[in-house]
Amino acid sequence: MDILTAIAVMALGALLLGAALGYAAIRFKVEGNPVTDKINAILPQTQCGQCGFPGCKPYAEAIASGKAEINLCPPGGNEGARKLAELLGRDYAPLADEVKTEKKRVVAVIVEDRCIGCTLCIQACPVDAIVGAARQMHTVVEALCTGCELCLKPCPVECIDMRALPETPETWRWPEVERRGIKARGQRLESMAAC
Amino acid sequence: MLRTLFSFPGGIKPDPHKEASARTPIAPVPLPERLVLPLRQSAGIAPLPTVRVGERVKKGQVVAAAEQWISASLHAPTSGKVADIGNYPLAHPSGLPAPAIVIEADGLDEWQERQPLDWQNLAPQAVLRYLQQSGVVGLGGAVFPSHVKLDTEARIEELIINGAECEPYITCDDRLMRERAAEIVSGIALLRDLTGARQTLIAIENNKPEAIRAMRGAISEHRENFAVITLPTRYPAGSLRQLVYALTGKRAPSNVLPTAMNVQCFNVATVHSIWRATAHGEPVVRRVVTVSGNVRAPKNWEAPIGMSMTALLQLSEPFSDTDGLIVGGPMMGLSLPLTNAPITKGSNCLIARSPRIFPPRPPESPCIRCTACAQACPQGLQPFELYWWSRARNFDKAADYALAECIECGCCAYVCPAAIPLVHYFRFAKGELAAAAREQKMADSAKSRFEFRQFRAEREKAEKAEKLAKAAAAQAAKQALAAATKSATFEEQAQNAVASSQEERH
Repeated sequence: MDILTAIAVMALGALLLGAALGYAAIRFKVEGNPVTDKINAILPQTQCGQCGFPGCKPYAEAIASGKAEINLCPPGGNEGARKLAELLGRDYAPLADEVKTEKKRVVAVIVEDRCIGCTLCIQACPVDAIVGAARQMHTVVEALCTGCELCLKPCPVECIDMRALPETPETWRWPEVERRGIKARGQRLESMAAC
Repeated sequence: MLRTLFSFPGGIKPDPHKEASARTPIAPVPLPERLVLPLRQSAGIAPLPTVRVGERVKKGQVVAAAEQWISASLHAPTSGKVADIGNYPLAHPSGLPAPAIVIEADGLDEWQERQPLDWQNLAPQAVLRYLQQSGVVGLGGAVFPSHVKLDTEARIEELIINGAECEPYITCDDRLMRERAAEIVSGIALLRDLTGARQTLIAIENNKPEAIRAMRGAISEHRENFAVITLPTRYPAGSLRQLVYALTGKRAPSNVLPTAMNVQCFNVATVHSIWRATAHGEPVVRRVVTVSGNVRAPKNWEAPIGMSMTALLQLSEPFSDTDGLIVGGPMMGLSLPLTNAPITKGSNCLIARSPRIFPPRPPESPCIRCTACAQACPQGLQPFELYWWSRARNFDKAADYALAECIECGCCAYVCPAAIPLVHYFRFAKGELAAAAREQKMADSAKSRFEFRQFRAEREKAEKAEKLAKAAAAQAAKQALAAATKSATFEEQAQNAVASSQEERH
């Protein structure tokens, strides 16, 4: 008799908890994969496709489902790969060889004398950073350009250049402090250890 | 008047070095031949040039006009010809050039027509616009446009006039208060009327007895009820947050504006320039600059904006071992090589540097967390923690320790027994954080544009499909109709045929 009561109590508990879990699964259902959004927030949103996926979100989805490595994004650089590694608890790996190495921020510039107004680059730009109309001169809005280079290939007259932005007093940053004292001492210790 | 002063935490008492330059009156500067006017002279957005190369300008004429609200116009400091508009070096730690207008003086120093402003009979907004067009910005060093500070809905309880001048060597505000107290007091009355402040407090450190006396004299002459508050000399008593706390006991984090605490604060030199602009129609084309340090004749000069720093230094006869300049005070200023960069509205002091006066910093040794920096910090921060995270490039952690609240006053680095250049670490970390925030903003905007583009593509596809479906439906309907009419005629014919055949049978 005792054993039956025990079984009944456990079964009732299991039923109740199961019902609660089942309700929670429906009531608090999370739309989409939250990890994908977190990964996407780290990616630089250049939408350049250099990772082999058509845009940052698809790459984020591929990482989330374990189909892609975390070191395929050149605009994000090694810093981005490190952040992804931290988020996902994976091992950090520097940028893979098959993708190009890190670059400074560059923007596309249309050489206006040569532009024929074909609108092909406008269609290629993933972030709507090029303005213009058919048979009118096109221009890249510098502040919106992510430097993804997707407009270079479609241009039939090769009138788009990639240019690095010059540094101005507004974008300049204080350099890291040179640690004369400590470094010198550290080197001395190293040389002593080598003896 | 007795008033309880609040005591902000920390602070230091460095050697003031003020007597040398405070002894002699403000001296005029012989007119330089060439003036370089960087467009960005204030916080906010730089004004846009309104003159062309080769154009003749008169003294006080607008050469670059403010197009946005947080921006102030720029004026020709003397009459002459616009020689160039291009990139010129600035007094900036980067040494990078920035857009500037160059004026070649014609030696006449001829003013444009000057008219006092009838500010008492104007709407406050009109006065603010006038101040913007006169290029009035905070001359204490932060160069924030004054009209923006006055443009507030908040009720101002205390109007604070900052004559503390707490940094060593600098005496330009001291001399200005001694010599032009009457004009400053008139300017304060104007600001009091504009803000409707209940109380007006003029804060001066107790190491400037002559300035205090001059200001009190001018106040009683003008029959005003402004209170001159004598502050104990302690750096950084003249810093905005510390000053507001000392006088009113109000405190708030850095993202809360003083107006939110019902306080507003102006530097005495700014007040003076506001008075010159309204009562004399003179825009900001010159300022008082302290030249001190390794020079034979330390002095305050009234220099035109745009004058070369080295040329101004030469007037005070620097000694031959001078190897550089400090622009601003020794605590917060920038250490630069001898530069031809121009004086701007924010340049309050030039200090000639020499290894004798400013010996090179000893090499940095490890931090032992002695917390001397935390005791000296007037913002109540823990600089040793900030240092640790900044050095480790863990900037988010540094931000958690309230890096944004750091005012870069340099007290921590001054007291650090390990000679760690703490402020440099904090500036580095702040720069990296700002850059990361900028990049994040760009990425967010790129993301939203990318997503909208995809949405647009989908929508266009859907619209096209709908259009096609509609066209197909129309086509089908047409065909059906055609078929129907065709069959109708066929039936008719058939009926006619049947009828005729029946007739034939009869």
